[in-house]
Amino acid sequence: MPEVMAYPPTRRRTETFSYLPQLTPEKVAKQVAYIIARGWNPAIEHTEPEKSFSNYWYLWKLPFFGTQSVEQVLSELEACHRANPGHHVRLIGYDNFAQSQGLAFVVYRAGGR
Amino acid sequence: MATKTYQAGVKDYAKTYWTPDYVPLDTDLLAAFKVVAQPGVPREEAAAAVAAESSTGTWTTVWTDLLTDLEYYKGRAYRIEPVPGDPNAFYAFVAYPLDLFEEGSVVNVLTSLVGNVFGFKAVRSLRLEDVRFPLAYVKTCGGPPNGIQVERDRLNKYGRPLLGCTIKPKLGLSAKNYGRAVYEALRGGLDFTKDDENINSQPFMRWQHRFEFVMEAVKKAEAETGERKGHYLNVTAPTPEEMYKRAEFAKALGAPIIMHDFLTAGFTANTGLANWCRENGMLLHIHRAMHAVIDRNPMHGINFRVLTKCLRLSGGDHLHSGTVVGKLEGDREATLGWVDLMREPFVQENRRRGIFFDQDWGSMPGVLPVASGGIHVWHIPALVTIFGDDACLQFGGGTLGHPWGNAAGAHANRVALEAVIEARNQGRAVEREGREILSEAAKHSPELAIAMETWKEVKFEFDVVDKLDLAKH
Repeated sequence: MPEVMAYPPTRRRTETFSYLPQLTPEKVAKQVAYIIARGWNPAIEHTEPEKSFSNYWYLWKLPFFGTQSVEQVLSELEACHRANPGHHVRLIGYDNFAQSQGLAFVVYRAGGR
Repeated sequence: MATKTYQAGVKDYAKTYWTPDYVPLDTDLLAAFKVVAQPGVPREEAAAAVAAESSTGTWTTVWTDLLTDLEYYKGRAYRIEPVPGDPNAFYAFVAYPLDLFEEGSVVNVLTSLVGNVFGFKAVRSLRLEDVRFPLAYVKTCGGPPNGIQVERDRLNKYGRPLLGCTIKPKLGLSAKNYGRAVYEALRGGLDFTKDDENINSQPFMRWQHRFEFVMEAVKKAEAETGERKGHYLNVTAPTPEEMYKRAEFAKALGAPIIMHDFLTAGFTANTGLANWCRENGMLLHIHRAMHAVIDRNPMHGINFRVLTKCLRLSGGDHLHSGTVVGKLEGDREATLGWVDLMREPFVQENRRRGIFFDQDWGSMPGVLPVASGGIHVWHIPALVTIFGDDACLQFGGGTLGHPWGNAAGAHANRVALEAVIEARNQGRAVEREGREILSEAAKHSPELAIAMETWKEVKFEFDVVDKLDLAKH
């Protein structure tokens, strides 16, 4: 048995997928495709990291209702990131039947980790 | 219309209570019993006896029967079916008129359906397999105080099952040491920690002290991770007054969730607490101590799917469902059946899953199934396949037993879960490719790598006792 490793001081996290390495663009594209395939509506939100605990982040434009284009969602994510380089940028899949979010995860983590 | 005359004495139950031509009404409460009659008792008579003894009947005629309209109030045995693979037993279907039951009271329903009749001499054994609650009755019950959708919104958890852990050892820790175990598990990446069911308020740790230390741990882990977290504070108590006092204190400390043991404490206490939770914006986790006493014997008692339905009506936001793969009893198809009954708005009759009736829940919120008991990182691919996203996976030993401690154990579980969810969303067959997916994830997480090494040999491969009644092939 290797010796006990100390667990480091706690890091800020951002819920789903934030314990994985930041997803590569190819991996993000697959999650966008999943959202679209489930019939959910993609949407983008962003915030200053210090305000990330709130329910309400800034909404980027409007949810992309009915879009079937992975490319469109990826380019909007990038546009949001470019306009707000120090912010967390989150992708949401709105499930209007469950009246909930089928998936939500931060695509661009402020600080890049 | 005074057409009947009083005749004292005993008459066959079947004369009054066996009505094979009866077509159940949408408003009837329906029950399916598995019956083994005493030798020499015809099936129709045994079925009628069950209907009688669980509704209006008693062993002899009484003159006051004639002061009411028993045709309106009586339960009716309306169908008999053989039990696949068991020549001694049969299913008896009974319809009860809605007016036999007090509105919003599973207590009253159970007192009739599983009351004296279960000790009745004419039947050798009796099991309540399923109950169809008519929508008209469902609408009189409060149900889950919040439901799955509200819980996700409150806790900001989307696209994955929630992760929890029961704090061990079950008994004997001081409040401050207990809070330490909570803090470590939460800062490592869990959403919830949990009081064990038998933690109430013992001399080694009184409830006030536990609540205070635990809430400090929860708040610190939330502040450090930026994620929302909770600990199921067990408010199960010797009296309802004491239970409410503990719930109020949990609320005053800012706890998002409390917990209750619905069978040992009873449905009256549970329904009251669920109402309190609804009024106070509190999530309610439900433990099921004593259930196996009632539901494990395949010939006598109450099937867990009935207890599940009763809990959904009485109220609770989480309910332990069994894991299929861990250390505790649970047939896969039967488990999927009651998981549907917890979560779905409408569940169709499906004998392959032991479901005897269509069940319409109307707009009643769903209960989040909790998978807990002997599970660890290697089980995550199977658990995600079985439960999907709407579940809470609880690893007790599988978190606290990590060789580097609770935080590393929690971290390992969180990494494994997120890796499996990411892979599933990509369309990968996670149960078949589980080893590969976990091994890839472990490259970035030494915590996961050592967890996989620690538990690689642990399996729980005993056959289940309470199997579905299916014909043998």
